[in-house]
Amino acid sequence: MQSVAHEFKAHARRALQDTTLQHALARAKGGFIDQRRTAIEALPEFDELRACAKQIKNHTLAHLDYYLERYEAQVKADGGQVHWARGPEEARRIVIDICRAAGARRITKGKSMVGEEIAINPALEAAGFEAIETDLGEYIIQLAKEPPSHIIAPAVHKTRGEITELFYAHHRSHGINERVSDVASIVNEARSVLREAFVTADVGITGANFLVAQTGSSILVTNEGNGDLTCSLPRVHIVTASIEKVVPTLEDLAVFLRLLGRSATGQEMSSYTSIFTGPKRNADLDGPAEYHVVLLDHGRSAMLGNEFREMLRCIRCGACLNHCPVYGSIGGHSYGWVYSGPMGAVLTPLMVGLREAADLPNACTLNGRCQEVCPMGIPLPTMLRRLRMREFEQNLTGARSRWLLSIWAFLAKRPRLYQTLLRPFVRLLAIGSRGTRRSLPLARGWTQSRDFPTPQGRTFQSLYRARQRKQ
Amino acid sequence: MVEQIDSSPVRQPRVGLFVTCLVDLFRPNVGFAALKLLQRAGFDVVIPSQQTCCGQPAYNNGDARDAREIAKQVIDVFAGYDYTVVPSGSCAGMIKEHYPRLFDADAEYYEKATTLSSRCFELTEFLDGIGDGAALPEMPSCSYTYHDSCSGLRELGIKQQPRALLARVSGLSMLEMQDSNVCCGFGGTFCVKYPDISGRMVTDKVEAICATGADMVLGGDLGCLMNIAGRLKRIDSTVSVYHVAEVLAGKTDIPPIGGNSS
Repeated sequence: MQSVAHEFKAHARRALQDTTLQHALARAKGGFIDQRRTAIEALPEFDELRACAKQIKNHTLAHLDYYLERYEAQVKADGGQVHWARGPEEARRIVIDICRAAGARRITKGKSMVGEEIAINPALEAAGFEAIETDLGEYIIQLAKEPPSHIIAPAVHKTRGEITELFYAHHRSHGINERVSDVASIVNEARSVLREAFVTADVGITGANFLVAQTGSSILVTNEGNGDLTCSLPRVHIVTASIEKVVPTLEDLAVFLRLLGRSATGQEMSSYTSIFTGPKRNADLDGPAEYHVVLLDHGRSAMLGNEFREMLRCIRCGACLNHCPVYGSIGGHSYGWVYSGPMGAVLTPLMVGLREAADLPNACTLNGRCQEVCPMGIPLPTMLRRLRMREFEQNLTGARSRWLLSIWAFLAKRPRLYQTLLRPFVRLLAIGSRGTRRSLPLARGWTQSRDFPTPQGRTFQSLYRARQRKQ
Repeated sequence: MVEQIDSSPVRQPRVGLFVTCLVDLFRPNVGFAALKLLQRAGFDVVIPSQQTCCGQPAYNNGDARDAREIAKQVIDVFAGYDYTVVPSGSCAGMIKEHYPRLFDADAEYYEKATTLSSRCFELTEFLDGIGDGAALPEMPSCSYTYHDSCSGLRELGIKQQPRALLARVSGLSMLEMQDSNVCCGFGGTFCVKYPDISGRMVTDKVEAICATGADMVLGGDLGCLMNIAGRLKRIDSTVSVYHVAEVLAGKTDIPPIGGNSS
């Protein structure tokens, strides 16, 4: 999708006033946090696993060229094809060419954040294909024509009532004329509509949670089983994945799988963990005739060589979103692109440009809860601070805050002047107040939702020096 | 926790107290409370007059150069003490965790920053475990809840220390709030750059505080406390706000932060 991250402030404000969204966010937040906590408390070796996963990923990233080539060789040996895409446009072209060559008309899709990153759905539709999302959450937002608001729960911002209306509006063409509102009926209705798509699709496109260099396999983790049907029923299976998804061996994979489900949804394992290795072999009962992997770079090889390398450890579990108080207040759409929350605030500026997404690294209190829960130990606050430094160097910091900060720094470096100037200023602020002020010139940001506690009156330094002189 | 202090009668260990800019400007009482607590614990406390700010506003807004220059000043001013103590988790975290990182390319100051880092402590972490015999003041019977400020909690692991100290103040009872470890929405300049989001976060925090029914909310960082106090006042709550040092030192004879008094 086209980024609208530059409208962050306006979108955040709207989100805060959207009572339906606030209701959905409040409900989702508690569930994710409690489930994760329960799962992790039941796994005493969680911290060890985390350290182990971090080490495996650091090793893999340090030798990424080797593991990617090994992966490619294995895929080819199994009869599949690997396509390298530098950016979204190239990736889209590759996917469309494969679909055209296959004579495809209908395409089913499993949930893929790389698919979102390269905006594959509108491109497929523009090229004359019918693309149908089969993950329930993705299906809902496809009907609503909205981007995902969460990397693992794309429709988390939708309430049940909204989904009822959405299905009612769209499923009449399938002969369904009743409103369904309980969860089981909603799922059943989606299942019956999607079943037809599964059996008639020519191409299935999925993402990959991991790629295994040792075997040339792509790993897909789902809870609905839609991924399996997307991969194995159509004639052609296309995997869209990014280059940092590779891990060396199946044994390494096991470490990540134990962390992923617990961090994401609090499950020990997701319901389905599928391993795809090449197209259908002669002895296989089913599977696609063609197997393609599109490997996307999109700025990642640059990150490998700069101060954002650690971000490439991300396994897209969503724990940082679930625990972020900013995300919890404004939801994913405010971030204006496909990734949201803390990981999105790091990735979006690196992928769509710092100027476009200048607000995202700043809209964070650096409270560190994201880093605390990250199963890959990514120092997200440090990453965000580094982006702020880039903004400062590139003059993207707002003029007013730059000006105020430079005055503050100027004074902070001159203790005598600092004390001389601030002493009367503090006194002035204290005059006539009874503990707080309801409004204050130039401080509307503070006073719009809280009073401003006024100073005691004299500075500590002046009181302390006076006391010392007396003694 | 601080390792056993040299108990030779020759000289008391010297503590440099970094009061922080917010305490200096807004709440001197916290500085005097910290001074009293440290002196009572047997330290020779010095408060250098050359101190201003730890440099977080510059550092957290991407201005690495000014942050580095301010850090150098703090490092030089506090170089001569056995310990540097700070009544703020975020300023102590800045000195301990972030100063060394600022000097990757400056071997001399990297060394100095690392030395200061190893001797720098947040106030409650410093006091916890020393001076166990010292009686803490009595309070008129009242209840409190505690907000864990983020930097102290996650950078320095401060959670149990203030609670352990407060448990020794007779008359106080603790009522934990829901999500005491969730950010209050202050975040330094965040609160004025993103007032809508910050306002929402402090609203949630204050709801959790009020839900406990506690008379007071305490914390270890003045920024968070001013944010919380401002919101409490706005909704006409009677919950009073004090810095943990003020309660530990028995210096609650002045109106609480924001003036609320229950």
